[in-house]
Amino acid sequence: MSAPAGVLVVGASAAGLSTVEALRRKGYDGRLTVLDAAAGAPYDRPPLSKQILSGTWDPERAHLRTQEQLDALGAEFLLGDAAVALDVPGRTVHTAHGRALSAEAVVLSTGLRPRRLPGAEDLTGLHVLRTLDEAVALRGALRNSRRVVVVGNGVLGSEIAATAAGLGLTTTLAGLQPAPMQDQFGPRVAGALADLHTRNGVRLVSGVGVGELTRDQGRATGVRLTSGEVLSADVVVAAIGCTPATDWLAGSGLDLTDGVTCDAYCRAAPGVYAAGDVARWYHQGLGTHLRLENRTNATAQAGVVAANILGQDLVYAPVPYFWTDQFDVKIQVYGAPAPDADVTIVEGEDGDRFVARYDRAGRTGAVLGWNMPKQARIHSRLLTGTPGGGRDCAAAATAAAPSA
Amino acid sequence: MKISVDETKCCGAGQCVMLAPEVFDQRDEDGIVVLLDAAPAPEHHQAARESAEVCPAAAIHIGEEA
Ligand SMILES: Cc1cc2nc3c(=O)[nH]c(=O)nc-3n(C[C@H](O)[C@H](O)[C@H](O)COP(=O)(O)OP(=O)(O)OC[C@H]3O[C@@H](n4cnc5c(N)ncnc54)[C@H](O)[C@@H]3O)c2cc1C
Ligand code: SF4
Repeated sequence: MSAPAGVLVVGASAAGLSTVEALRRKGYDGRLTVLDAAAGAPYDRPPLSKQILSGTWDPERAHLRTQEQLDALGAEFLLGDAAVALDVPGRTVHTAHGRALSAEAVVLSTGLRPRRLPGAEDLTGLHVLRTLDEAVALRGALRNSRRVVVVGNGVLGSEIAATAAGLGLTTTLAGLQPAPMQDQFGPRVAGALADLHTRNGVRLVSGVGVGELTRDQGRATGVRLTSGEVLSADVVVAAIGCTPATDWLAGSGLDLTDGVTCDAYCRAAPGVYAAGDVARWYHQGLGTHLRLENRTNATAQAGVVAANILGQDLVYAPVPYFWTDQFDVKIQVYGAPAPDADVTIVEGEDGDRFVARYDRAGRTGAVLGWNMPKQARIHSRLLTGTPGGGRDCAAAATAAAPSA
Repeated sequence: MKISVDETKCCGAGQCVMLAPEVFDQRDEDGIVVLLDAAPAPEHHQAARESAEVCPAAAIHIGEEA
């Protein structure tokens, strides 16, 4: 199959930019157009809740590439203009500024939008964290505050609480999970994470929902829990999850059930692909549709999309992977830890540094490293090729390289 | 090809080590990248370039000189 004459990428963040780079790396020399609603240079999100929020990095350090690196890609970047509609058969994207952009292949990589607490419009002192501007705004607010309440004890809320406590704020982390990140880690490691937070001064209010915000003259003053308790704060952060940014695709005819639904090749329709947080694709190894919200998935999936645009037929079936840094602990997770799995410490000691293996029904489903990134990666080889495991991301990315 | 790494950006994901084990390793104690070969032989260039692009922390820089 010949390469398409033009490729249009919607969303210029981790997945979108990786698609462009992978296309060029594989030798594609056709027309490349990249559209993003945000006006600034493409940046990376993992540092937003860590180094940018703590202030150890200036905002520019989160930029994914230098201007020279972007120029060298020979792509046209249309920044500050949002896609508002997609004509699937015509592979044409209409934009807020009135552009109509057509290409032989269109890549959808518009990521996620944070969920907001109901009835929270236009309150000062209430924050979400997804963009660089939001990170800078939250950082400014934390600087001038004493008490912060973080609502949502998943990965993002736990990271924000750790950073805020590290800045010396009186920090409360409230959420529905019985311990921070229990859904991701299972009870044993979530218990260790809870200890880590408590030791570092975070007050945990776990297994409780937030009933409503308390407010005073347009300002959030805290939250009232479903238990009736009121947590007062100068700053409230809502980290209660995200929804795929697919509103602009309504009416396109694509299946938008929890993201852009794709086949095993990350194709949503002929000539239309999706990559990154927005893509819900069929994972052949696991035998189910899956949508991952993590950084290495964005890049690895983009690599497979680029290869398939150029006529390869690569199935995307990675072992899921993410990392999180909280206080002085770096956690790496390969696979999907089942909540009821048997957890065995396979290296190190149950304490400062260890690698844990998650087994269920005689099968290893996940490997987790606690301050042992290298060792966890080595143990994760166990997962490669296990039924339901599939190939790992790097193997998929390597397989995506052209043979020539 | 001249490679440099920014240890303060690296998050220890190890993508580079899986792609180009001749060029990159990780420290045993904290997983931070170790540059084994700053000027690798031509047969490793493609893998090194790919490592720089897929590194989830933009911690690898490739210069073309030398
Ligand atoms: C604070 C924070 C910390 C994180 N930390 C980690 C971590 O430690 N480890 C980890 O593995 N992952 C982490 N992640 C997740 C990781 O950052 C995401 O998986 C990754 O950013 C996904 O990239 P993406 O390109 O798919 O989507 P996004 O990064 O969301 O990019 C989507 C892009 O599309 C644009 N867009 C949206 N709608 C439109 C439209 N209609 N028209 C044009 N453009 C549009 C947006 O402006 C944006 O630039 C973190 C995320 C956040 C927010
Ligand atoms: S891929 Fe990047 S972040 Fe991961 S170990 Fe290598 S340099 Fe560090």
